[in-house]
Amino acid sequence: MEYAVEMRNIVQKFGEKEVLKGIDLKIHEGEIFGLLGPSGAGKTTLIKILTGQLKQTAGEVQFLGKNAGNGKKGLPDMGMMMDNFGLYERLTCYDNLKLFTRIYGVPGKKADEALRRVGLYGDRKQPVMKLSKGMRSRLLLARAVMNEPRILFLDEPSSGLDPVTAAEIHKLVCEERSRGATIFLTTHNMEEAHKLCSHVALLHEGMIVEYGQPEQVCRRYNHQNKLLIRLYGGEQVELSNNRTSADKVKGYLEQEMVETIHSTEPSLETVFMELTGRGFE
Amino acid sequence: MMRNTTAIFQKQIKDTLKNKEILIQFIMFPVMAVIMEKSIKIEDMPAHFFADMFSAMYVGMAPLVSIAAVIAEEKEKNTLRVLMMSGVKPWEYLLAMGCYIWLFCLAGALVLGIAGGHEGREMIIFLLIMAAGILASLLIGAAIGTASRSQMMATSITVPVMLVFSFLPMLAEFNDTISNVARIAYSRQIGLLIGKAGDFCVSFENIFVICANMLAALLLFGCAYKKSGLA
Ligand SMILES: Nc1ncnc2c1ncn2[C@@H]1O[C@H](COP(=O)(O)OP(=O)(O)O)[C@@H](O)[C@H]1O
Ligand SMILES: [Mg+2]
Repeated sequence: MEYAVEMRNIVQKFGEKEVLKGIDLKIHEGEIFGLLGPSGAGKTTLIKILTGQLKQTAGEVQFLGKNAGNGKKGLPDMGMMMDNFGLYERLTCYDNLKLFTRIYGVPGKKADEALRRVGLYGDRKQPVMKLSKGMRSRLLLARAVMNEPRILFLDEPSSGLDPVTAAEIHKLVCEERSRGATIFLTTHNMEEAHKLCSHVALLHEGMIVEYGQPEQVCRRYNHQNKLLIRLYGGEQVELSNNRTSADKVKGYLEQEMVETIHSTEPSLETVFMELTGRGFE
Repeated sequence: MMRNTTAIFQKQIKDTLKNKEILIQFIMFPVMAVIMEKSIKIEDMPAHFFADMFSAMYVGMAPLVSIAAVIAEEKEKNTLRVLMMSGVKPWEYLLAMGCYIWLFCLAGALVLGIAGGHEGREMIIFLLIMAAGILASLLIGAAIGTASRSQMMATSITVPVMLVFSFLPMLAEFNDTISNVARIAYSRQIGLLIGKAGDFCVSFENIFVICANMLAALLLFGCAYKKSGLA
């Protein structure tokens, strides 16, 4: 199995404070990976290490089997979107992207193409300082995907966005995956993680406390293992999820009494609340 | 090969018209010189007194302030980091910024030269002197911009430095003690050279001081770069 990114025992200290306490993670090539965690968990710090903006205290990172080395050299072509990532405030959306088409060495028309993909084509002549937060995020995303990088790092790509804009970004992320890119994203939004990611990891107090496919993780925490049946008329029935309930379920179904039926597996959100002892904002 | 440099250079040109603080740096002294030369005529005042004085002040102020501000802004807003992470080399960036400010200041110098009544051979000599002075200023400004984490920080360093370099040539005209001290500043030497651009005689002191200033600025820049880097 080829991994896009392999982290071995990444430790990051800021002074006395140990923010990352030995992270081991493998990101599969071509997947959408979601790093979840409450704010202050160290998600951005890990992205900075992976993208060469911060030198980790200890541990190593490999990209596609190659050592990342100390500096920015040797990194594969990667796209990045973080909210501290600069845009030229006085220049227009178009001019911001145009500069990078030249630096990336891609055709100039890619700038307009990228603006269309993120729905900013109509605002291409707007200076960046007039953009809303959501529009900025989309412009950053446009810049990140313009040169078709093999790995995309997205730090909270949809935080603070309205649902429609967030859905547009999700669509773009999926398109990028279809083209073969590996995507590493962080998010607070469990629904987003569940919908998009093939694997998720939960970072809590500097350690990865849970890892797996979203479905797997949810099933793992299905302590109750019950069936919840809601009958026409409003009555709720809770049955254990095994053969002993078969007759009862069959009975309800035969009498066409079932309005809804659910298993009690928790949502990702519930799992992570349980693990971190607190919610996500 | 120069792809990144020209791309950044052009970005910077687009930015100029929208960046009023920098624009003012470029045009303030040239415009003032034109106005003063046209409007103020006092008996006994040497010919083109204002234009020559403003030229020396321009050299000490405009390139230094503008390059420090531009670099510090890019550091503060993280655009410089994005450039570096996109494969732009530090020298490509610095070359683009240096050329951009150098050329714009040289355009300002041309206006100053016209206001100062320099023509033909004399104008070329004047521009050569200005070009050297602008370069020295650029190096100092680049060192300050690189050492600063934010525009605020850059401004707090550039203001005193710029005041010293741009006002020394003027104050030196009025006071002998200051005149003696001012000799070690490149901007004073530039001012002296401008004063006799007509019969262009360069002294050892002129060259030595300007080169020594440039070297010191280069060293400062080296230290700033080593300590803070560009991104
Ligand atoms: N440069 C730094 N110096 C000191 N502490 C830092 C620095 N960067 C981040 N931290 C600390 O590391 C912790 C994790 O921050 P961050 O990675 O931004 O969290 P997240 O992105 O998960 O919200 C925070 O407690 C933050 O205060
Ligand atoms: Mg963060």
